[in-house]
Parts: sequence; structure tokens; C-alpha cells
Amino acid sequence: MSGETALKLTADVLVIGGGPAGAWAAWSAASKGAKVVLVDKGYLGSSGATAPGGTNLLYLPPDKEMRDKAVRERMASGGYLSEAGWIHRVLDQVYINLERVEQWGYPFVRDENGVPQRNHLQGPEYMALMRKTVKKAGVKVLDHAPALELLVDEHGVGGARGALRQQGKDWEVRAGAVVIATGGCAFLSKGLGCNVLTGDGYLMGAEVGAELSGMEFSRRYAPAPAFSSNTRSRLLGWATYYDQDGKELKGSRNGDFLAERLLEGPVYAIMNKADTPEKRAILRSSHAIFFLPYDRAGIDVFTQPFPLTLRYEGTVRGTGGLRIVDDNCETTVPGLYAAGDAATRERITGAASGGGAFNASWAICSGTWSGEGAARYALSQRAGADSRQLRSAGRYGLAETTGGRALSSPRVETAELVRAIQDQVFPLQINYFRSEVGLKAALNKLHSYWPSVNEQAPGNVHERVHAREAAAMAATARWIYTAGLARKETRGAGLHLLAEYPDEDPNQHHRLLVSGLETIRTRPDRTFLGGASAASYPGTEQGA
Amino acid sequence: MIELVSTDRCIGCNLCVKVCPTNVFDKTEAAPVIARQEDCQTCFICEAYCPVDALYVSPYSDEQVEVDEAALAEQGVLGSWRATLGWGPGRTKLAAIDQTPFINRILPARPVRAAGVSDVRSPATG
Repeated sequence: MSGETALKLTADVLVIGGGPAGAWAAWSAASKGAKVVLVDKGYLGSSGATAPGGTNLLYLPPDKEMRDKAVRERMASGGYLSEAGWIHRVLDQVYINLERVEQWGYPFVRDENGVPQRNHLQGPEYMALMRKTVKKAGVKVLDHAPALELLVDEHGVGGARGALRQQGKDWEVRAGAVVIATGGCAFLSKGLGCNVLTGDGYLMGAEVGAELSGMEFSRRYAPAPAFSSNTRSRLLGWATYYDQDGKELKGSRNGDFLAERLLEGPVYAIMNKADTPEKRAILRSSHAIFFLPYDRAGIDVFTQPFPLTLRYEGTVRGTGGLRIVDDNCETTVPGLYAAGDAATRERITGAASGGGAFNASWAICSGTWSGEGAARYALSQRAGADSRQLRSAGRYGLAETTGGRALSSPRVETAELVRAIQDQVFPLQINYFRSEVGLKAALNKLHSYWPSVNEQAPGNVHERVHAREAAAMAATARWIYTAGLARKETRGAGLHLLAEYPDEDPNQHHRLLVSGLETIRTRPDRTFLGGASAASYPGTEQGA
Repeated sequence: MIELVSTDRCIGCNLCVKVCPTNVFDKTEAAPVIARQEDCQTCFICEAYCPVDALYVSPYSDEQVEVDEAALAEQGVLGSWRATLGWGPGRTKLAAIDQTPFINRILPARPVRAAGVSDVRSPATG
């Protein structure tokens, strides 16, 4: 760390990240009586994948049959790596919390019978409301305050340090417990709201010895306009796809359809299945953000073709993240909790994408639980965080700013390093149509870039933050491919596969843990196999 | 990407500087400036918050384009995202008229999944 530490605070709980998970964690910890500080790289209310658009939620009435069915389906699609008890827990908790959201002022629409429809949230409205609620709960919020490293001692994590990037100074917060809610990693692919999601929390966690789980489940791209950011794609269900000659592309649109077609040439869509003014009006008042880039580009999506691409979504709509080991989302490091996409979502989604309703519901629930757990842990500590002998744990991508001075050592341009990483994670040929051969070659290149993360020489606070992001992305890419190569099978809904191993292998019915930065270790985790989860695995009792 | 801060319209509230999640703007003595356009993620958030419709985010994420403020104003583009969200005095919030919960009622005759990439297959279809 190189800036002047302008701001020093002490709290019970520090929440890093101001998307939905961080907001819920901060609110939850504060409601348990903890003194809470929330820091966000951007702004609590606009940061993250949820804020610019909207999100679906799991909102199932407490009807046993309906819920049991939902859980059974999820267990199957997730390749039996999830846990029935955790899915039920999420269904219970999100139901309660969405009622709270309405009480706080969110204007959920009602159907013709007056039943509130709490299964979708408009992002800007939801996150503006969460900001208001979090501040009302007494949380101190620092915006534009990216965390750059954790503080630790022999008892575990005790705070973090970072930059006040609009002031060119540093902050330090000492806290009895820290919740990492920094989101996933989408490698600056310009998916809607996703460029703040660069794996920062994974790196901070790994630097203090936390493990990650499920990183191989990250083969996920989202359709978007070829020229724009909008990765909200549900409304493409009303589209017909065409090639560049205007010939309809037929066939099942499940699975690899769009990825395969895009390798052959440009793909266009027309929303011609919304064939009446009434239908068009309904769609426009649902996912309004979907239409914005096309309207501005002068394209009438209902009658004119628009070009599509696939943007990589990494672990945002993938599944992997920091391993959590108890009901309150504690990591394997004392005092360190993880929530939202920063945490593994395997406990509820297994090998399936949590994209949409599952991840959004997970953010709400894991935020609530981690906040509670962190508050309880911090309030039970005898020694205050300000009396501990804490040291900075950051090791990567934290070079001193040069302030324009020449460096004697070779300097790596951050933008070039980022492009080199993206060249190994974006191509469909490498990361979507995965093969052992392809992943090995890409991983070797990524390993060779790793020393460069400490050869960056940021000239100011903005470049300093980007240098750290580049290190986090380099580490995340290496974890993803290391885990991908270690899972030599194709499981569940295809969120990971290897061409050489097209089948599910019963001997690999385990989660995969990765850890370490210089050398990456992998090991299987079967601790979740017990009770209900094991009983519902095909071949034991119920068939899939 | 963000392409316009209208100095005629801007009242210097600096809300855009505050809410931009990727810190694209810098405060000045007068209207904020677009200081790090390459960091813009085309999320349209700044426009939603601008109380005087002074900002324009072009839909093109990867290339800079020339914009004509007078034309954008005349076409009603400035402030249009804020209006769609129903933010600002006297407007009905999009959230209050959200039709998403009802879109399954107008699904095409043979519904297909939108995503086109590997996703959850239902157990029935394998």
C-alpha cells in the first residue's frame, strides 16, 4: 500500500462490496447490534450485476409439494453436488426477505387477484432502496473505496485496507469480522454492470489461505447485442434467429446453439414472435433495459435484425467462489465470511448455473446469514480489533505508484496484461468448447503471465486499483482452468465439460477445492455427502 | 459508452461522479468531465440519476461515437432512460408497473429458452 492512510475506522463488522449480497450482509449485521462499515469499489446502489437491469427471484409460497419438487429438480440439474437442506433454507429465507423489501417500500405489482408478485425486482429501484435501508440501519458507507488487501493476525482476519479513489488517499478499517461480498469475476467482458466484478474478493481470500470451490463450473456466456453491453437475454425467447443472408437458423435453441452458430458467422435476431402491439407493450414494461441499446442504435427489434454476440460471464453466472463451511457462510479462515457471487453457490446450484433467480436469491440469503454470523462472531471477541497486531496480507498486484518516476525493473502495462488474460478466457473455442488439450495450453500461458502481476507500475490511484484487478483476474483464470482440468467428466447441466470426457463419472461425485497462488492445489470435497443429499443421488435411492 | 455531459444542462450536483460504479467522471469547478471513458461499462446508471437529463450514454460499448446534443434533445433521447424508469417528479416508477411477472402469459406458441447457451436442462428433457 502506498497512499497516505487518510481514514482509519474501527467496527465490529466490515462488509466489502455493495451489491445485493453486501447490502443484505450490512443490514443484517447492523440489525444484530453490530457496528458496521460497508466499503464498495463503486457506489452502494449502482455497483454490480443487479443494479442496472433487474433480476428474477425464487419466490415460492410455503407449499411443501411445490417446494419439494423445485428442490428435486435443482438437485438433478446440479449433478447432485447441491444440498437439499440448503435449497430449502434459501426458499424459506428469500420468502421472508422479499416481504421485508415490500415493507421497506418496493412497489411490487399485484395480479388481478391482488396477490403481490415478488418474483422480479427492477435493479435501479431495488438497489436504491437497499442503500436507503442500509444507511437507515446505521451502517457507515464508504463509496469509491475499493478494498485492496485484508488485515490478519494469528487469530484470523481483522479488517482490510484500500483506496479512497476519488481522493487519492487510503483507508483502513479494523473489524472483528469481515464479509467478502465483492461478486464474481467476469474479466471485464462488458456484460451489463459486470465490469466491477474482477475477482477481487477471491484474491483477498486466497491471500489469507481461504479455499475456493466449484471454479470449474464457469463455462457460461450470455447473449448480448454485438455492439453493446446488455446481457439480459430472457426476451430473446420472442426472437427468431437468422444468419447474415437472412436465412432462419432452425433447431433447438437449447445448449450450444448460439455458440456453434457464432463460430460459423454472424447471428441476427428479430423479435417477431411478439406479434401484437399488446405483447410488445408488455415486454417493454418488463425488461426495459433490453430495449435501450437497440432503441438508441435506431433498430426496431420487432421488425429489424440485430446482431448478437456472447459475452463471457465467468463466475458471475457460473457457480464457483470462496468455500463456505458453516450455516453462516464462514470461510475456512476465522473471522472471514463470504456472500453472494463471491461465495461458491454449489450448496444450492451444484454444477448448474445459478444465473438469475438462484444467484439473486442466494445473494439475499447468504448476505443475511453472513451478516448475522459475522456480527455474532465479532461481538463474542474479547479483544477489540483495534488492539490486535494486524499485518497486511496483500501480495499481488500491489506495486507502489510511481507518480511518473521511471522504474529500474521492467514495467508491464496493466491494459496489456488484462488483454493477454482475456485472450485465454474469452474465446468460445477455449472456454466454452472445453477440451483437456485446449485448457492445458491456455493454463500454461496464464501461468507464464503470473509473475507479471507484480511488474505493473501504476502511475496513480486509478491505475493502482486496475493493477490489483488484473492480479485478481489472472489468479481467477488460473483457478478456473486448474479446476477444469481436475474435473475429468461432464456433470449436471454442462457448466463444465471436457471434450475428452463426455460422460458423468460416479467416482467424481465430489466438489473440487482449489487454493494457493504461486502453486495451485486441488483436492476433492465430499463433506456435503450425507443425509438427504446422498440419499437422493441416483444409484442409491431415487433415480434422476 | 458515456459520450456527453451537457454543460448547458448540468447544474453541477456531481451525482454522476458519485453513482458511476466504474468512476468515469471527475469533479471540476463547473460540470463534471468524462475523465476515464475507457472504464465506462455502458450501464446507463449515470443517466438514470441525472436530475436534469444532461448525460448521454451511447449504446456502443467498444467504440467512441460523435454525438449531436441538439439532435439528441430534439429526438427526446436525453433523459429517456430516467423517464422509462419512472424516476423524477410526477412519474410512475417502472417497478410499480413491472410486467415481468406476467410475460409467461404471452409466450410464443412453442416456447424456447432464450439463453442459447448451456443452462439448466429440465430433468424431463435430460
